[in-house]
Amino acid sequence: MSLLLALCIGLAIGVGIHLALSRDLLRVVIGISLIGSGANLTVLAASGFRFLAPPIVPGEATVLAAAADPLPQALVLTAIVIGFALVCLSIVLMLAVRAAAASDDIDALRASEPEDGSDGKPVVLKD
Amino acid sequence: MALLDVQIHALVAAPLLLPMMAGLLAALLPRWAAAISFAGALALAAAAALLVAAVALHGTLRTTFGDWPAPFGIEFVADPLGVAMVAVTALMAVVCLLFQRSGIDAAPESDVLHPLLQLLLAAVCGAFLTGDIFNLYVWFELMLVAAVGLLALGRRRDQLEGALKYFVLNALGTMLFLMAIGWLYARTGHLNFAALEAAAGGLAAAELGFFAAALCLGFLLKAGAFPLFAWLPAAYHTLPAPLLALFAGLLTKVGVYAVLRVLGDVFATAPDVMFEVLGWVAVATMVTGVLGAAFHWDMRRILAFHIVSQIGYMLLGIALDSAAGRTGTVFYIVHHIIVKANLFLVAALVAREVGSYDLRRAGGLWAKRPMLALFFAIPALSLVGIPPLSGFWAKFILVRESIVLEHWTWAAAMLLVGFLTLYSMMKIWFEAFWKPLPADLAPHDPGPRGPAFAAIAASALLAALTLVLGLLPEPFLDFAAAANAAMEAVP
Repeated sequence: MSLLLALCIGLAIGVGIHLALSRDLLRVVIGISLIGSGANLTVLAASGFRFLAPPIVPGEATVLAAAADPLPQALVLTAIVIGFALVCLSIVLMLAVRAAAASDDIDALRASEPEDGSDGKPVVLKD
Repeated sequence: MALLDVQIHALVAAPLLLPMMAGLLAALLPRWAAAISFAGALALAAAAALLVAAVALHGTLRTTFGDWPAPFGIEFVADPLGVAMVAVTALMAVVCLLFQRSGIDAAPESDVLHPLLQLLLAAVCGAFLTGDIFNLYVWFELMLVAAVGLLALGRRRDQLEGALKYFVLNALGTMLFLMAIGWLYARTGHLNFAALEAAAGGLAAAELGFFAAALCLGFLLKAGAFPLFAWLPAAYHTLPAPLLALFAGLLTKVGVYAVLRVLGDVFATAPDVMFEVLGWVAVATMVTGVLGAAFHWDMRRILAFHIVSQIGYMLLGIALDSAAGRTGTVFYIVHHIIVKANLFLVAALVAREVGSYDLRRAGGLWAKRPMLALFFAIPALSLVGIPPLSGFWAKFILVRESIVLEHWTWAAAMLLVGFLTLYSMMKIWFEAFWKPLPADLAPHDPGPRGPAFAAIAASALLAALTLVLGLLPEPFLDFAAAANAAMEAVP
């Protein structure tokens, strides 16, 4: 189980990095979300999978024995919710940037960088 | 007299709940949002003052929410380091909202401005007070969402692009942090700082180094350390002045705080090579930041690069791995937040007089506005480290400790970068204040003199604090030493 998950994490993060390094805006955003999924799977794998029984305490018992660790599941639930919100935010941001720049090429996004002036200094600000 | 549980609960929760409540009210009542937000900042300042007083009297306060005892429940720990950071956060909130009221290069008053700003404050305070590493991750993500919202608020093209660059790199930082939490939990079974510190004793040096490095890599990205600071100069200069001062003061310092918490407190037993590497990263950060600043003529870009360079000093204090080094870092963080925010506010006042942030279009302000020159001189000289201002003590402690520990190169780098900082500040001084206004430029008409009183009061408050920190450093240094002692104490 851990090995399978490790392969999935590697795949998700590898594909994520490949996409994030692309020049296409949408690919970058999807790449970031894939890396986030890899991080979420890492947290899920933290339970170690020694026990796979659901972590539910039966009526009369007080101690949970031979059941899965519930904490990584609670953590990953939180992380998934936050990660989903981040994906939504990044897509909205990406669409706004694409509309403002009229381009989805990363290399065209130079509006927040200084332009080179003729004298080797940055160009004089207009406003 | 010992504090009651409910009092501790209220004291520790107030810096989180007050900004959240103010943000919620501001969202529900957009017409009064500015007033609610300012009242919220004042309330936060009062709560922070009470918390500092309580911690000074009673020592570290710990509380858990939801009746689950630590280490199972999420613990909040108000130790001297955390409350000092909360206090300076509250100060920043008051000052920046005061400046916003003057209308000078102000953020557009949209319906979401104040809710986002208060959310950011709540997230920053939460990060400083939490005693749980997963909870810290949650506050980091909240901070990221609020910061991206504020960056994109103006909807100008450069702002949106800056926000995107900020988002991509910082999101990677938090994801790395999340993965590190996963590894850490898998190995130790703990998330609570105190429990992790206890568990660190049972880890092999290589494991400890790996965990500390994975955590710190994410934090260093957020702190703007070399070579991961590209997002900072790409995004900060697009912000309106009050938000720029708030971001410049607080956000990178949350990253530095987290590094200090990991390497100075939780994993202080990490192998020496970690501190050695951090020291060289800090030197590279100082030097690249200050050289980046030398190229620019836009005051905001110059000052943004100086954030990077000053972050190097704070990291170097952590890298020294000694009581004096950590004490110096705590003092440096507080000094730097006050001074850096003030420099951005003064830059906005200069830009208002001459009509541009570009130094080549400025000039003649020494004759025209001598008081503004004084307002610039205090934080600028403090940033350089001229006695008797606050920056002198901050740098003195770190340089002295480097020499005591025989890190000669680090000490030399700090002094050299101090000179280059002086070069940048002198550039602003000569260009904006000393040289006459360029003849080919028509004198700029700043328009009707608006309610600049609030802006001047905000800047004067920070300048006064810089002087107090410089002339009476004893109580602040004692508090910083107490912060270090609380970090060194074994739970």
